[in-house]
Amino acid sequence: MKIFVPRDAGAVAVGADDVADAFVRAAEARKLELEIVRNGSRGLYWLEPMIEMATPQGRVAFGPVAEDDVDAVLDAMIADAAHPLRLGVTEEIPWLKRQTRLSFARCGVIDPRSLDEYRAYDGYKGLARALTLTPAQIIADVTTSGLRGRGGAGFPTGIKWKTVADTAADRKFIVCNADEGDSGTFADRMLFEGDPFVVIEGMTIAGIAVGATKGYIYIRSEYPHAIAATNIAIAAAERAGFLGANICGSAHSFDLEVRVGAGAYVCGEETALLESLEGRRGIVRAKPPLPAHKGLFGKPTVINNVLSFAAIPFILNDGAKAYAEFGMGRSRGTMPIQLAGNIKNGGLFEVAFGITLGELVDEVGGGTLSGRPVRAVQVGGPLGAYFPRELFDTPFDYEAFAKRDGLIGHGGIVVFDDSVDMAKQARFAMEFCAVESCGKCTPCRIGSTRGVETIDKIRRGERVAENTAVLEDLCHTLKFGSLCALGGFTSYPVMSALKHFPDDFAPTPARLQAAE
Amino acid sequence: MTSRYEPWDETRSAEIIAGLSHVEGGTLVILHALQEVFGYVPEPAIPMIASALNLSRAEVYGVFTFYHDFRHEPAGQHVLKLCRAEACQAAGGDALAARAESSLGIKLGNTTADQRVTLEPIYCLGLCATAPSAMLDSRVVGRLTEKRLDALVAEAQR
Repeated sequence: MKIFVPRDAGAVAVGADDVADAFVRAAEARKLELEIVRNGSRGLYWLEPMIEMATPQGRVAFGPVAEDDVDAVLDAMIADAAHPLRLGVTEEIPWLKRQTRLSFARCGVIDPRSLDEYRAYDGYKGLARALTLTPAQIIADVTTSGLRGRGGAGFPTGIKWKTVADTAADRKFIVCNADEGDSGTFADRMLFEGDPFVVIEGMTIAGIAVGATKGYIYIRSEYPHAIAATNIAIAAAERAGFLGANICGSAHSFDLEVRVGAGAYVCGEETALLESLEGRRGIVRAKPPLPAHKGLFGKPTVINNVLSFAAIPFILNDGAKAYAEFGMGRSRGTMPIQLAGNIKNGGLFEVAFGITLGELVDEVGGGTLSGRPVRAVQVGGPLGAYFPRELFDTPFDYEAFAKRDGLIGHGGIVVFDDSVDMAKQARFAMEFCAVESCGKCTPCRIGSTRGVETIDKIRRGERVAENTAVLEDLCHTLKFGSLCALGGFTSYPVMSALKHFPDDFAPTPARLQAAE
Repeated sequence: MTSRYEPWDETRSAEIIAGLSHVEGGTLVILHALQEVFGYVPEPAIPMIASALNLSRAEVYGVFTFYHDFRHEPAGQHVLKLCRAEACQAAGGDALAARAESSLGIKLGNTTADQRVTLEPIYCLGLCATAPSAMLDSRVVGRLTEKRLDALVAEAQR
């Protein structure tokens, strides 16, 4: 008998390792030959640990399985009998069925350490096709697909690659930005833990397209499981000739190295990340020059997000048009959306652009875990705007969010119920910016500290109208005067909280008393 | 009480640095490697790194102090990290952090007087769909409740 127990950190955090051990013991007691595959997560986190059993009808899921459930679940598996935790055929679970899984097609399905399984599920077919094309043809495909950088800025990937390809240099680099520091986002982590080869393949194709022979994956230190999984996959790809000299017998060579961050949020900003990779403080560089012209070690560099690279193999294998057919407006393809915070059905939901925020929170997410009404959702990480229920008709699309003073960022949605204090959240955003500011530019470094003080004054009831004007002015200065998105985007959570939840900023008797 | 880490040793430190000095832009790589072995980056290592990489001491010190991860002194026997980012805040993380502070008698960022437990904030473990979350040493824990937190604190104190 063959079962699947996720090794994904999110599943492990709720007991997957203990459950796997319990299955081993239970099988031994029954003298049953049991093969346990440690797969990634399918992203249905409220059902984790979700255990699957291979059957002739497809995989059948059980979840959430606690250590104490294992004996009964194993008996039900053996007898193919009913069980309260039995969820039916995995692929038929509505939450999974409703998705369009392109980048995450294999995540949770295969053993992430097995290159053979990756290849059995269409892995490395994109690279095989790329090796039959010229670099210009590869870049044309990426451009046609309409893929925009999934890290948050949404810059067209094809244009970025072309700039690097067209810049002459003795060395070029591919850098994968895996510094997924936004709260509410975990797609990068899941992908590295569930299907690392797809990112490796995407980066290899990028290297061939622009003429780079070395790539770096910069992963944050907070993700030890992802780091381990990625290193194992790189070693396997090297052994099989998919990395290193003369990839698959071609004239192309490409080496990959994982570098670990050190707990600085600002290193998710691409130029700060490059500084950090060079062994320096993660201080933002002024642009221009763009990294595409002068990036890592002063050389032309493609720096893309994990999800951007993960979309590449599909585009090369299934075709740019097939990818572009998904989505709306100028947002093409799919977006792995992450539902988090106070939410009933939290997890990863990959879907074409265009689904509304309300559908995501209410239908897909099932509302709050606490059962109380949803009051606000923050989309796009700690520097994303807070949207009230009135804006739930906003479609998931870069431009639609921008039009309502919000941003999609890396696709994270954090749900808050009606117990949230929005002035406190606004203060947190300013404080976070103050702590994480690299210090290079004044608006971010000083503005954020003044922002915290000003919000405190407003909440204490000190000259509320004047201080609110100061706060708005600070946000304006941060937005337009900062060198990078850390300072530039801090105004989103603050201004949206002020605009949509003004009552929370009013001084309350309790707060006035505390201030005395 | 035995430490998981080796005591500071200059020769050992020199070996580690020499083994990694060829890494291009490898300052963080070396700092991580030292902290992995000693549990923190001892002050005398800074001039050693500077000399191996042909950098000024100020440059290396600047890098060392910029990043939240690098410790200036040894941590407690166990390190309990609580996620304080938005997703965990939305799921009741504030109250849990306050509870951990009061049961350990220290504020976030500090180590208990008996050197057993260091309590630290962390900004996102990527476990946002099973919030609130924590990490005890290298073990991740999700869906934290008061009961589970109390058990973690007790385990850290042992």
